[in-house]
Amino acid sequence: MTTPSLTQHFPIDQDHLKRLHARLERDAQADHLLDIAYRTVDSAVGPLLLAATPLGLLRVAFASEGHDSVLQNLSARVSPRVLEAPTRLDPVARQLEEFFTGRRQGFDVALDWSLSHGFRRTVLEHLNTDIGYGTTTSYATLARLSGSPKAVRAVGTACATNPIPIVVPCHRVIRSDGAVGAYRGGPAAKRVLLDLERL
Amino acid sequence: MLIVTEELECLPKPVGDVRVTADQQLKPPFEVVVAQHGGTVLRVVRAVVGHSDADDAWSETFLAALKAYPQLPPDANIEAWLVTIAHRKAIDITRTASRRAVPVADLPDSPARERADTRDFDLDAAVGALPPKQRQAVAYHYLAGLPYSEIAQILDSSVAAARRAAADGIATLRRTYPLLDTARKRP
Repeated sequence: MTTPSLTQHFPIDQDHLKRLHARLERDAQADHLLDIAYRTVDSAVGPLLLAATPLGLLRVAFASEGHDSVLQNLSARVSPRVLEAPTRLDPVARQLEEFFTGRRQGFDVALDWSLSHGFRRTVLEHLNTDIGYGTTTSYATLARLSGSPKAVRAVGTACATNPIPIVVPCHRVIRSDGAVGAYRGGPAAKRVLLDLERL
Repeated sequence: MLIVTEELECLPKPVGDVRVTADQQLKPPFEVVVAQHGGTVLRVVRAVVGHSDADDAWSETFLAALKAYPQLPPDANIEAWLVTIAHRKAIDITRTASRRAVPVADLPDSPARERADTRDFDLDAAVGALPPKQRQAVAYHYLAGLPYSEIAQILDSSVAAARRAAADGIATLRRTYPLLDTARKRP
């Protein structure tokens, strides 16, 4: 007797699954179980992964970082309760689009800093508040602003591991000799962002 | 409709006491669980509770799974875990449905709807007419692909009884739904 393939008699409509997924997103949000919501958006520097906790924007990731491995890492470090749930990211997605079309110079979204600790977090918070649109600074200046003038290399590391690039503007930190310097999204992406701000 | 049950007891018991951190990193984001198992769980609940309650059963299953997911051991069989939760949610839903004053479920409203979600009312009727244990054993083995050892735990029966329930259920379906062994034409 052959094994019946019952599965083929229960076809699944992908649109129906999408509607169930949307209901799960709403239920999870209402029950405070949506620890990390994420979505992707297209941008002038390629597809960006945006992830947020209830506290705020947690992570912005470039395609070169591998969005799947970024999500796997967030699952391990923050919480595995991760769903693709665009609603929470709507404000930052809209502001990024305005930023990339030159209609916005700063971001008005809550940030979740829990991926940054100690001196790195101090550096990124100074970067976020002190280095405005259309300006650049050097790693040495940012080290001075952060209260540790000699920690230039550590400032470089803080910028290179910035979990919230673009919104926290590490692209505005360039080398003292004027070279663009390294960037999490690659030097070409950094150049695009600097050109956008006419730098 | 929100039915509260104890989800945590659905968790398989860990073999050791504490898992090492490296294992933690292997547990995928919950989105991956939904993407990989969402279709299978929908088939299972459609077979076990019927189409009209299947969406509620699916939603309650994945919401309960999301809640319990951080405690799930990384080496757990995720499909068996989800089917265990779905089994309990289906029992809750069936109990609630049997308490409803007016039976409203499963009225075939129009041929258009049948075409829209490729629903087969003859199959629904045949599966729905099976005794619950047989229907569950058939769904968990032939739709979810679980081994009888797992199904026995879910049904709280012996492995032999789980195997027999699935075999009896399939034998009945062959009689009541003769198209069972024919390939379904895709719409």
